[in-house]
Amino acid sequence: MNSIVILITAICLTLMSGFFGWQRSKNIHNLRSRPIYHGMNHGLKVALPMMMTASIWLISDNLIIKPTVMSDLTHNNQITLADPDFHYLQIVQIADGLIKENAFNATINKAVEHYRVTKQNTDSAIFWMMIIAGLLGFRGVTKKFHRNTPAREQVERIIKLLLAASSGVAVLTTAGIVLALLFETLRFFNQVPFTEFLFGTHWSPQMAIRADQVGSSGAFGALPLFAGTLLIALIAMAVAVPVGLYSAIYLSEYAQPKIRVVAKPALEILAGIPTVVYGFFAALTVAPLIVDLCEHFGISASSESALAAGLVMGVMIIPFVSSLSEDVISAVPQSLRDGSLAMGATKAETIVKVVLPSALPGIVSALLLAFSRAIGETMIVVMAAGLAANMTANPLESVTTITAQIVTTLVGDQSFDSPKTLSAFALGLTLFCFTLMLNIIALRVVRKYREQYA
Amino acid sequence: MNNNANPVMRADSVNVFYGKTQALHDVSIDIKQQQITALIGPSGCGKSTFLRCLNRMNDVIENCTITGQITLNKEDIYAPSVDIVALRRKIGMVFQKPNPFPKSIFDNIAYGPRIHGMAKDKDDLEEIVTNSLDKAGLFNEVKDRLHNSALGLSGGQQQRLCIARAIAINPEVLLMDEPCSALDPIATNHVEELMWELKANYTIIIVTHSMQQAARVSQQTGFFHMGSLVEVGRTEQIFQNPVDKRTRDYITGRFG
Amino acid sequence: MPDQNLIQQQKRDRRRMFADMRFRAYGILGLMIAGGALLFLLGNIFTTGYDAFRQTVITMEFNLNTDDLGISQTASVEAIQQANTLKVAKQALYALFPEVSKSKDKRNLYKLISLGAEHDIRNQLFNHPESIGSKVTLTVPMSSDVDQFYKASQRGEEIKSRLDQQQQQWLQTLINKKMVTVKFNSDFFTRADSRYPEIAGIGGAVVGSIYTLMICLLISFPLGVAAAIYLEEFSRDSFITRIVEANINNLAAVPSVIFGLLGLAVILNTFNAPRSTPLAGGIVLALMTLPTIIIACRSAIKTVPPSIREAGMAMGASKIQVVFHHVMPAAMSGTLTGTIIGLAQALGETAPLLMIGMVAFIANVPGTPTDPATALPVQIYLWAESAERGFVEKTAAAIMVIIVFLIVMNLLAVLIRNKTRISNK
Repeated sequence: MNSIVILITAICLTLMSGFFGWQRSKNIHNLRSRPIYHGMNHGLKVALPMMMTASIWLISDNLIIKPTVMSDLTHNNQITLADPDFHYLQIVQIADGLIKENAFNATINKAVEHYRVTKQNTDSAIFWMMIIAGLLGFRGVTKKFHRNTPAREQVERIIKLLLAASSGVAVLTTAGIVLALLFETLRFFNQVPFTEFLFGTHWSPQMAIRADQVGSSGAFGALPLFAGTLLIALIAMAVAVPVGLYSAIYLSEYAQPKIRVVAKPALEILAGIPTVVYGFFAALTVAPLIVDLCEHFGISASSESALAAGLVMGVMIIPFVSSLSEDVISAVPQSLRDGSLAMGATKAETIVKVVLPSALPGIVSALLLAFSRAIGETMIVVMAAGLAANMTANPLESVTTITAQIVTTLVGDQSFDSPKTLSAFALGLTLFCFTLMLNIIALRVVRKYREQYA
Repeated sequence: MNNNANPVMRADSVNVFYGKTQALHDVSIDIKQQQITALIGPSGCGKSTFLRCLNRMNDVIENCTITGQITLNKEDIYAPSVDIVALRRKIGMVFQKPNPFPKSIFDNIAYGPRIHGMAKDKDDLEEIVTNSLDKAGLFNEVKDRLHNSALGLSGGQQQRLCIARAIAINPEVLLMDEPCSALDPIATNHVEELMWELKANYTIIIVTHSMQQAARVSQQTGFFHMGSLVEVGRTEQIFQNPVDKRTRDYITGRFG
Repeated sequence: MPDQNLIQQQKRDRRRMFADMRFRAYGILGLMIAGGALLFLLGNIFTTGYDAFRQTVITMEFNLNTDDLGISQTASVEAIQQANTLKVAKQALYALFPEVSKSKDKRNLYKLISLGAEHDIRNQLFNHPESIGSKVTLTVPMSSDVDQFYKASQRGEEIKSRLDQQQQQWLQTLINKKMVTVKFNSDFFTRADSRYPEIAGIGGAVVGSIYTLMICLLISFPLGVAAAIYLEEFSRDSFITRIVEANINNLAAVPSVIFGLLGLAVILNTFNAPRSTPLAGGIVLALMTLPTIIIACRSAIKTVPPSIREAGMAMGASKIQVVFHHVMPAAMSGTLTGTIIGLAQALGETAPLLMIGMVAFIANVPGTPTDPATALPVQIYLWAESAERGFVEKTAAAIMVIIVFLIVMNLLAVLIRNKTRISNK
């Protein structure tokens, strides 16, 4: 069934009910709530049950259609499927016309037909349930209608509920992230030992298609990824910390307002440029530049060196360091500066000995946030750092990172049972926990600092 | 005292607590119809708190509890069945600082009638707006710019606009919380004259820190001190012959 | 000795003064490095990409005879779809070089012309079926190698070209005949992706991005505003509220690649949103943008003075009415500014879209948000990863387009902010 048709039906029923409520209350004398609220009440009481019923669609596929089709497929043909998810996806894609029908496989074609019929039946069942829910809602609201119905209060209660539900979406998102990561990660650790993942030094997730091929097992020691991530992030910090911090100090302590007005947004531009642009820049311009430069000195450098990715990432996170640092430096009370200057200290001495120490917690948290950005940054490393999982501290060699591996294992076709795909979720969980920790610490530090000067 | 005037509102041993601190102690007062009642007293004495109890504006403040009884036309305004929206429609309020909505002059006045569904059609609404502005003595000053922003008016005009806005929904009682404290003397004079005219149709309760103002406009005066209503009576009596020593000290300028 | 002390003191003071100046210089240096990096980046992109907006084309006479095309003069639309326009294009070029006879040379000769030529001839047949059987003069694109070579020679640059000596000679002949020109490449903006750089465009990706952002806006704006209103105006300071707040703050700092995992595991695999589509992409980006909008809207609500709320309430408006009639209109500009900035971030976001399959090669401009599509930043990624040299300048050009979009969005945000600042005065 076409989703547009369903949507229009639902909207029409809602509007009709709303109009009815408005019309019937319009000419009643001494109405407690205004007619418009009666209309809204009538509309909402029809729309909400319909919306709730319609949400069954979100889970109908996994709950009804898939089990029906797949159990039928395996039961009728007396077969067991190695990868039922993959076959089901194939069936769905054939049914949707995304891939051509498989002319030779009658079993699959039959399953496709079965899928079509089941889906159609389920869809129309849910559709009629939705209509019935709407009608029941309508009956409920019309039965209770009366001159003294507190329609406005009822409408407002519903609106308030919707507002509260909206603020729950953020929580649901986090819950979704945590649950999805945990679930898939547990599946991963069923196949790969936890200790190998955390302490193994060899990473090559490529699995052979057939079991008898050489090197079929794949290796999932993530230590080289952690090391690579850390190396690139540290190079980035080595660029961003001095540049960002000195910029922040100059802007907040020395610069005239005119310069500040121009320089601050200019720094912010660096944060607004899409990371894919930085990736292109790193791969196309900076990496060859480094190779040439090293050749000049007789050193060999990889064309996908950690240095290129790190340097460019450093430029990207300059504003994360400078902007927050500038805020905390400006927040240091002027009286502290005056006290130091009155003692005959120079401006630089005042800044280093008085201003920076009192702004230190804020600066530390700015650095932590920037570091967490660097670790979670994806496109620059995907495009410039390569995929070789080397354990090295040499910035001229090529390394790979957590994020780069997540993306490359998941781009393209994948089956959801292979440890290769699942490893991305284990990496994702590691990354999530690490950045979350950094953020929590950073926010704690900032809050402490704010309390100090509040 | 004018014995013919019925009490429109009556407060009976009202106590107000903010958390554990008690802000009002046992306040009882009768508010008589079509009179101006002034509440005076040093700052922080609880007169504004009491005023805000009368239209339940204190409900907004968390952990504020109120005991005792306040009635409007013999109905308890704190009864659970009372619709707070309907109550505030009957008891209008004007604040210390003029607070017009950031909308046009017309929309400011029309807001109340609109949300309460008081106007049958557009002409009706226009009439209400014109009438209210007229009653507030503002119509002639703003009739050419009804659709300009209300924020373009002077402070005194803004305050009279707020009064016009309050009377547009035809309340029975009008609460005024130091309505002139942010205005210059000329604007104050305007507002006071307006109060005199409104007295014919509305019951007004005004909180003021200016004793002269209380003496000029009110028929009944209540003196608050440290959260208690020390004395209440006819204005002339309070000012010329106060019973309580604290009232006398305040009026003669010993403190406050 | 007092004199000695004084001299020492003076030395010390001078040292301190220099230290002060040095410190200040570091600050200027820091700013200059940051600014220099920005200029270098933008300049590099510009010099790489500006010439992609021009395309080398050739104007030739094509003989649309029915034998070569293999269709009759009254051919149906389906027949035209099957017409052998390649043969017509080849014949037209071979006619200019009658001396080329070996089939290997012929193949090399035809490499000067883009595959887009067939497409353009077919369009001519569709739009002017009456021209079948006659001769027409058309301007068709030349191949990417020719394009690179010719534009470089016009700029006065020497580049390593994949064209061999023979091909360069042929090209020179065509140039001497004044058949080769360079024109503004409008196809770059309207066409979808192609395996051939000279006819690849960003049209498909731009439409994909627009659909994605539309879905993102439709979901994140109402949800974000509603959540902000609830948290600012209705929620009591309870344990649950504090959890929600901490949640939103942390969500804003979660790496985008994690949202990609969420999209893959939950939105695609659990809720069965269609893979590779702007719908799925928009949902993922909406969840990413949500915290930005909530935070912006909450701070905008905080700036609305409480006196406005009191005035509304004293007029007998309910809390909901006060919020929707007075607070939100006043907080709208701040909210919109935050929303636009959030959308600008979403526009540049690449990794999550890669992971939900918007990375597929799509040669059509998507018609609806549920068609498989790609997005502008993903297109940039795809071209940047492509081995074909002609894509380098296309990538840079696509980057210039996305940066123009971002600048426009940010200007809009600044404009809204400034406008309300003036009206609040």
